Amino acid sequence: MNPSIYLEVVVQGVLTGLVYGLMALGLSVIFGVVRVVNFAHGEFTVVAMYAAFLLFTLAGIDPLIAMVPIAVVFFGIGYALQLALVHRFVGRAEHEQFILLVGLAIIIVNGTLLIFGADARPVRLSYGFDSFLLGPVIVDKVRLYAAAAALAAATALFLFFRFTPTGTAIRACADNLVGAAVVGLDVRKLYALTFGLGLACVGAAGALMETIADAKPELGPVYTLIAFIIVIVGGLGSMTGALVGGVLIGISEALAGLFIAPSMKSMVSFALLILVLVLRPQGIMGRRT
Amino acid sequence: MTHRIDRRRLIAGATATTALLAAPPLVQAQPQALKIAVLLPRSGYLAQAGQSCHRGAQVAGKVLSDHGYRVELVHIDIESSPDISRTQTEKVINEGAHCIVGAFDSASTLAIAQVCEQRQVPLVVNIAAAPPITEQGYKFLVRNFPTGGMLVTNGLKLIKDVLDATKLAAKTAIFLHANDTFGAAQRTAMDALFPRAGLPFQLVESIAYDPRAQDLSVEVTKIRALNPDLMLVVTRAADAIKLVRDMVRQRFEPKGIISPGSPGLYDEEFYQALGPLADYPIYNIPWADPKAPMSQALEAAFKPAHPNFRFAVECFNVGFTFEALLIAADGFKRAGATNGAELMRAIRATEIASHVMIGPPIKFDDKGQNVGIPSAAVQSRNRTPTVVLPAAVATMTPVLPMPGWQRRS
Repeated sequence: MNPSIYLEVVVQGVLTGLVYGLMALGLSVIFGVVRVVNFAHGEFTVVAMYAAFLLFTLAGIDPLIAMVPIAVVFFGIGYALQLALVHRFVGRAEHEQFILLVGLAIIIVNGTLLIFGADARPVRLSYGFDSFLLGPVIVDKVRLYAAAAALAAATALFLFFRFTPTGTAIRACADNLVGAAVVGLDVRKLYALTFGLGLACVGAAGALMETIADAKPELGPVYTLIAFIIVIVGGLGSMTGALVGGVLIGISEALAGLFIAPSMKSMVSFALLILVLVLRPQGIMGRRT
Repeated sequence: MTHRIDRRRLIAGATATTALLAAPPLVQAQPQALKIAVLLPRSGYLAQAGQSCHRGAQVAGKVLSDHGYRVELVHIDIESSPDISRTQTEKVINEGAHCIVGAFDSASTLAIAQVCEQRQVPLVVNIAAAPPITEQGYKFLVRNFPTGGMLVTNGLKLIKDVLDATKLAAKTAIFLHANDTFGAAQRTAMDALFPRAGLPFQLVESIAYDPRAQDLSVEVTKIRALNPDLMLVVTRAADAIKLVRDMVRQRFEPKGIISPGSPGLYDEEFYQALGPLADYPIYNIPWADPKAPMSQALEAAFKPAHPNFRFAVECFNVGFTFEALLIAADGFKRAGATNGAELMRAIRATEIASHVMIGPPIKFDDKGQNVGIPSAAVQSRNRTPTVVLPAAVATMTPVLPMPGWQRRS
């Protein structure tokens, strides 16, 4: 086999993994601060994919641009959802949180099925079938653009948490909730902001995902599972870990497809998950608690 | 004259009334219609095909009624899950279904068959190709759909005919298939039948993939490295879109994409997603006979009921689902009974000459399999499935090699 094939497969894995990473970043941010696991994460991603599909179909807006307004709307949805619903479950038993968010996920899956039907909803971009020839390596345009946009969105989120007062306050909540409340931080509002930011990541990732895959209702649980694997491998609550986990899963799946069998790609992800849970339960970039 | 109602007469009358009400079904009037539960994967990963079959079931009631059949249909979603198929089958039988039709997916059909056998309720399989369905000795099952082996046998023969008709010199091919029950059955049939098919090319590799995968880029990269002349594929639905999309992105242009018998390459979503790039794959599958009166009646009912869908694209799923309902309704008409044993006896004795799909009258062998279902070579031309072989029913001639991706208008 031509050696460039291996390089090509690794590049594909990295690019897809970055978009997965952005999606998982939202899950990690929400859990890291609010300590609620969003079991409707993949379903929200699919809603964002449908939003990108609608904006492209009705207004001709490229998903790479649509990711910005979609992220803003999803921020609003997340903010409102946290204040109106999720906040009541913060601090309650995990199984109650689980039932709430799984219920939400079921509603979303069936709602999208009712509204959009079972057929895949793709966007037909003018460059959707184009690719770059970098020496002997072929790289999809859409995958490259989506990965670059995912990296930019993740960087913006990192900078927000690192350099803005609000970002610092959210980190304070994550590190020491009691201390944050004692110094007068509005925890309820900061939680809502965090949930909003988590869903904004999902909105952006969903819009980008629409360029790679086609929106279908049943993708929701699949994406939730992928996001879980990524954040557990990368480290639950770690932002860098989500991106690293995404890339690692992307590459390992791609190489497994080439060397073992394409139908066993998912098995390799789960094997990696088990390996991390055994050897480093806090995840690659996670902190031991 | 006066009649006194004494205690003895009252007891006797009450006993007689109770006995009459509790009398076995023999003395009750037979139901006016056969209650058929149509179990299909209308959500989940097989939803696209399940919905397509459902559209067939929705129009079947009217067409059957027009032809003098009496049926009452109950539509059930099995969510692409064998477990849910099993529990839903139990539920609909408990609720009085006399007969089951379904279930598009082989794994779900096998789950339903077990329940039907235990409860002695006839199951008429609309679409499902895995051989075990009719090889496990089920007495309450018939299948009006080819087995995986029949599909591949007919499909390989038609590949030879297509190569002869187009004079295409192909030396190598790969076989790419979904790794679900149907795809695995096709792989088994391919492994057994290809060496004996006498085709002029070598099968260099068989590759299984997950039909729920996000993309097929790695699969296509692997195939591109092998550079085969032909791709023989067994796809499901949306995965066919992913396949062609990644082939175009990776600038991989085999001389032909041929399915020895599978869905995906002729679905409306395939045409919508790929536009001109959806043209020229060939799929060797059973197809509706446009000249058959029953097919015309079904199309006439389908158009107003589903104006957003094309019968020419949906006729495979719609046609087989309708035929399964026709078989059940026809059995009921002849049996005049709804109890499982009598209904099944009548269904096993089916002989329906006027039906939808191409082929001889519908009949079943001892195992409950219709062994007389032929395939046609159908090629997508201008985003419409078009029969290209056998010549007797073809409306166009086959085109291979496929025009390059960049040369599609």
